[in-house]
Amino acid sequence: MDYRLELRNVSKLFGEVQALENINFQLGRNEIVGLLGDNGAGKSTLIKILTGYHQPTSGEILFNGQKIDHLTVPKARQLGVETVFQERALAELQTLWRNIFLGRELQNKWGLLDIGKMRDETYRLMNESMGFTSSAVSPDSRVKTFSGGEKQGVAIVRALYFDAEIIILDEPTMGLSLKETAKLINFVRGIKKAGKSAVFIDHNVVHVYNAADRIVVIDRGRIAGQFLTKDISLDMLMEKMIRVAETGNLD
Amino acid sequence: MSSQATGKTSSTSQHYKETFSLSRFARVYGAQLGILGVFFGLWIIFIVSAPDTFLSSRIYFAFMSTIPFFAIMAIPLTMVVIAGEMDLSFPSIMGMGMVAFAFVYEGTTSIDNIPTRVFLAFVAALLCGSLIGWLNGVIIVRFGIPSLVATIGTQFFWRGAVLVLIEGRNFSLSYVKESFLYPALVGKIGGYFPMQMIWLILIAVLGWVLLNRHKFGAHIYLIGDNVQSAQLMGVNTARTRIRAFMLVGLLAAFAGVIASFHVAYFWPSLGEGYLLRTLASVFLGGTSVFGGAGTILGTFLGAFIIGAIEAATVAVGLTGFWTQLIYGLIIVLSVIMHTYLRKRTE
Repeated sequence: MDYRLELRNVSKLFGEVQALENINFQLGRNEIVGLLGDNGAGKSTLIKILTGYHQPTSGEILFNGQKIDHLTVPKARQLGVETVFQERALAELQTLWRNIFLGRELQNKWGLLDIGKMRDETYRLMNESMGFTSSAVSPDSRVKTFSGGEKQGVAIVRALYFDAEIIILDEPTMGLSLKETAKLINFVRGIKKAGKSAVFIDHNVVHVYNAADRIVVIDRGRIAGQFLTKDISLDMLMEKMIRVAETGNLD
Repeated sequence: MSSQATGKTSSTSQHYKETFSLSRFARVYGAQLGILGVFFGLWIIFIVSAPDTFLSSRIYFAFMSTIPFFAIMAIPLTMVVIAGEMDLSFPSIMGMGMVAFAFVYEGTTSIDNIPTRVFLAFVAALLCGSLIGWLNGVIIVRFGIPSLVATIGTQFFWRGAVLVLIEGRNFSLSYVKESFLYPALVGKIGGYFPMQMIWLILIAVLGWVLLNRHKFGAHIYLIGDNVQSAQLMGVNTARTRIRAFMLVGLLAAFAGVIASFHVAYFWPSLGEGYLLRTLASVFLGGTSVFGGAGTILGTFLGAFIIGAIEAATVAVGLTGFWTQLIYGLIIVLSVIMHTYLRKRTE
């Protein structure tokens, strides 16, 4: 089968600590995969390997069936991976437009920053996608002054702006209000409608169940099992998650 | 990289127009307005208390002659501090640059043309400074040593290298007056306006462009603000920081050359005494020691305040003993003001 993204026998060691062990993971075309697991199960490490932030100790990474050696953050981006990090990856003392274009500032023909264009684009995104209505917020506002949901909005809109093929959301509902969370789940469904793929990581089983096509359960650095959401009820999934946490086995 | 962004940029039709509001202006430019206030406030105090001195042009030409020696280094140092780092080694780099200068000048006696030899020596000084800056950066970034600690070490090391290589000698550089570089670097336009001031303005303008209108500067702010975010979003934090240290090295060597040309003499202690004045200019100008915030204009004005206090103390009629006390007072009050403004404008 033709996968958008595939990990083959990927392991990651941090010194003595085995964070991931022989992970085989696939992300299909136009598929939303939910990644579940307890704290320290290795979810974030897996994400950071997919985005090129960490390099695996052993194993292979394939994009569209092609093996990629030494994946870095810029390389992953060129391949169309965009990430909404758990840490949000914002620079809070800086302005909104600098955060939207963090790490890939637009340049004009003299190699200088095209600040006008970045401001215009930020203004457009603010109104169309972020739902900022307050007149106090402008492209020159400092991100520090935003609420948790607004900051998450910045991180998400930033991932969308650069036309990603694969969107990775690492604990995106953390610190969000109920209303903001509902909006976020809708947004993940929107990724599916747009014909793109996503990996959605969350603590909350309900959120993942509601948005994902397939659920992969990680426990202690290994893949404990996976299910298609259409084949399993939410209650069963919950039961299995608790069993994994207690025994390390799904059944 | 920017080609990736074309997907959605084409539909830009809305232009963001800033509606002018005084409170927003104050919020965005708070730090600069603060230091401008201090600058003009002190100026008025100086003029009122010593009108004879501060209403004649002579004192200003004197300032423009001596302040650039450390203000030139304060510009790249501002970038290093905004990136959340520190460099204490630049006074020794001033000295090392001149050692490279002297070695190349003395080693090229086969060339029978003094201006050419001086030019080669000048280039060698700048290369030497950049190389030492690069080494600083590599030690800090690759080995993960806090820059404050690393540059305390390299500060001693390179001062020691100056003394060892030159055997503690001091000597005349009167030959540089035959070179076209002498009038170009430290000459006086029309017999009044010092060339080093032109260089300072040029470096400050280029520094401003680099910091505010170039990717390099954008990344400097991001690294100082949150180095992990910058890394997650694909900023090459190692390379950017190394380049910032190289800039300090390059301009410290340049400052060393102009300070030595100015007196046409080499002292192995060259640069000592500039450490705290340069740092004070940066912090007086409102650059945050925690990184992520700071301006070139602030540092520029900060350097002139630092440079003027000494002359002002004497002109106002106080003894020279007062200088340091007033330095301290103004620095502490200004840093308190900046911290207060930063909290208010957030």
